[in-house]
Amino acid sequence: MTTALAIDRLRVTFDDFTALKDVSLAVESGESYGLVGESGSGKSTLLRAVAGLAPVSGGTINVNGKRLGRHRDKAFYREVQMVFQDPYGSLHPRQTVDRLLLEPLAIHGFDNSERRIMRALDEVGLGSGFRFRYSHQLSGGQRQRVAIARALILEPSILLLDEPTSALDASVQAEVLNLLEQVRADRKLTFVMVSHDLAVIAHMCDRLMVMQNGEEVEQLTAAELTARRVERDYTRNLLVASEGFRSGA
Amino acid sequence: MNPLLTVEDLHVRFPTRTGVVEAVRGVSFTLGRERLGIVGESGSGKSQTGRAIMGLTPTHAEISAKRMEFDGIDLLRAPPAQRRALRGNRIAMILQDPKYSLNPVMTIGRQIVETLRTHEKVSQAEARKRALAMLEAVQIRDAARVYDLYPHEVSGGMGQRAMIAMMLVAGPELLIADEPTSALDVTVQLEVLGILDRLVRERGMGLIFISHDLRLVSSFCDRVIVMYAGKIVEELAASELSRAEHPYTQGLLDCMPRIGADRHPLPVLERKPEWAL
Ligand SMILES: Nc1ncnc2c1ncn2[C@@H]1O[C@H](COP(=O)(O)OP(=O)(O)OP(=O)(O)O)[C@@H](O)[C@H]1O
Ligand SMILES: Nc1ncnc2c1ncn2[C@@H]1O[C@H](COP(=O)(O)OP(=O)(O)OP(=O)(O)O)[C@@H](O)[C@H]1O
Ligand SMILES: [Mg+2]
Ligand SMILES: [Mg+2]
Repeated sequence: MTTALAIDRLRVTFDDFTALKDVSLAVESGESYGLVGESGSGKSTLLRAVAGLAPVSGGTINVNGKRLGRHRDKAFYREVQMVFQDPYGSLHPRQTVDRLLLEPLAIHGFDNSERRIMRALDEVGLGSGFRFRYSHQLSGGQRQRVAIARALILEPSILLLDEPTSALDASVQAEVLNLLEQVRADRKLTFVMVSHDLAVIAHMCDRLMVMQNGEEVEQLTAAELTARRVERDYTRNLLVASEGFRSGA
Repeated sequence: MNPLLTVEDLHVRFPTRTGVVEAVRGVSFTLGRERLGIVGESGSGKSQTGRAIMGLTPTHAEISAKRMEFDGIDLLRAPPAQRRALRGNRIAMILQDPKYSLNPVMTIGRQIVETLRTHEKVSQAEARKRALAMLEAVQIRDAARVYDLYPHEVSGGMGQRAMIAMMLVAGPELLIADEPTSALDVTVQLEVLGILDRLVRERGMGLIFISHDLRLVSSFCDRVIVMYAGKIVEELAASELSRAEHPYTQGLLDCMPRIGADRHPLPVLERKPEWAL
């Protein structure tokens, strides 16, 4: 098996604040890898660093055996696509869904854009009725589906997914998770997926890292998580908290 | 006792190039000093219902209702100045898109301080201290650093908590929280729910909690409204959620991944056209 993504002692520093402190992980090609952990612990920063959007101050990132430099070229974005956490910020509000989907196709010189756009909308459960809506005319979940369609339309081999379903209701979440599993199987994709929902990560991922305060807490397999065979108290607390709210606390 | 909020037959319509979108179609409910959950499919009109109560419906939309009353005030006929005053003080909303609703060119700390100072006369130093305390109350690690950050410099969950901190300083009587914890890790999520819970129990605030997370809603709220295609299809006591009758609600409960349940693919809803009638 080949390694799709290898991160070694990655460090990200904003001015004098270190958001990622020497984090290492390796994701095999075709594997689905999860990131969970405290809010603000650096999960999005890790994905953004891979995508070339965070100030890396140490360590290395290899994608499909190639070490990444400071800048990402066009070829990189054909291989690696990211779905951002914030479905509002990541889509230009004054563009129609059609334009948003057409743009990456045009940049990368894909043919058959008409067919690809229709298929992409269909895949994420948005009918053609949404094609000429502006993104500010969509609900939160509808926007997130457009963002996923936009990432998939370039047929990348690695997909970085930052909370891809946290803006979606359970029924649409199930559809999107099924869709993501389906395309991963069909196209042999590699996923790195952030979610605060342990059940989503256990469902979607083979292995995962628990993070806190810019550092790794532990790495474990989904099977270990499910069997509650965890090493660290923080992970155990997350498992307990997943069971819901208890009043009077 | 009179309810805090009465909504009767609310409609919100958007004229668009491809026809009219009926976002909310005849929603009615009342709210006391309690926790009311609104769940429902993406696009079912949850946020637009909340925005209509707040007076934040886009101007080009058409809004109508038989009645929309907050503490005896007719919201549909209240002059804009009165609605603005209500919005800043007695009614607050945590918007679904925190980063979008925070001012991008003002630091998190200053935004909280400004909100506080529109409500109370306090010195700059006191305001700063209170704002920092609020950030800590919502479990922000390193509050002093985050105080000086701009919205694009904080994580998704930190932005959401900054919005909650701003709401806390305003101390509203009615709070509409639109997916307030969707970006938070589960332990922080419970802390934030604890804060909201105390506001309801101790200050008698009315809370509308919009969420797509059924598990969370059923463990946290008193009552739940289920929306589908702009309408309420079911209303239940939160503890009775597992006894829901509408096939949409039942389907929602069944399609969530659970730790330990190995279901690939997850069951999905077969939507029936008659649900939207
Ligand atoms: N541009 C920036 N300038 C300064 N600090 C930043 C910037 N971007 C991120 N940070 C800081 O880095 C830390 C990690 O943020 P990140 O967004 O990676 O967290 P996260 O794990 O994704 O959290 P969440 O679950 O809330 O989305 C936070 O403390 C944040 O304030
Ligand atoms: N400006 C607009 N123009 C046209 N349609 C709109 C506009 N704003 C919202 N809508 C439509 O109104 C419907 C209800 O939207 P709303 O934001 O209330 O959904 P929601 O239930 O909050 O969904 P989500 O869970 O995805 O946030 C959606 O179908 C949406 O596309
Ligand atoms: Mg994040
Ligand atoms: Mg919404």
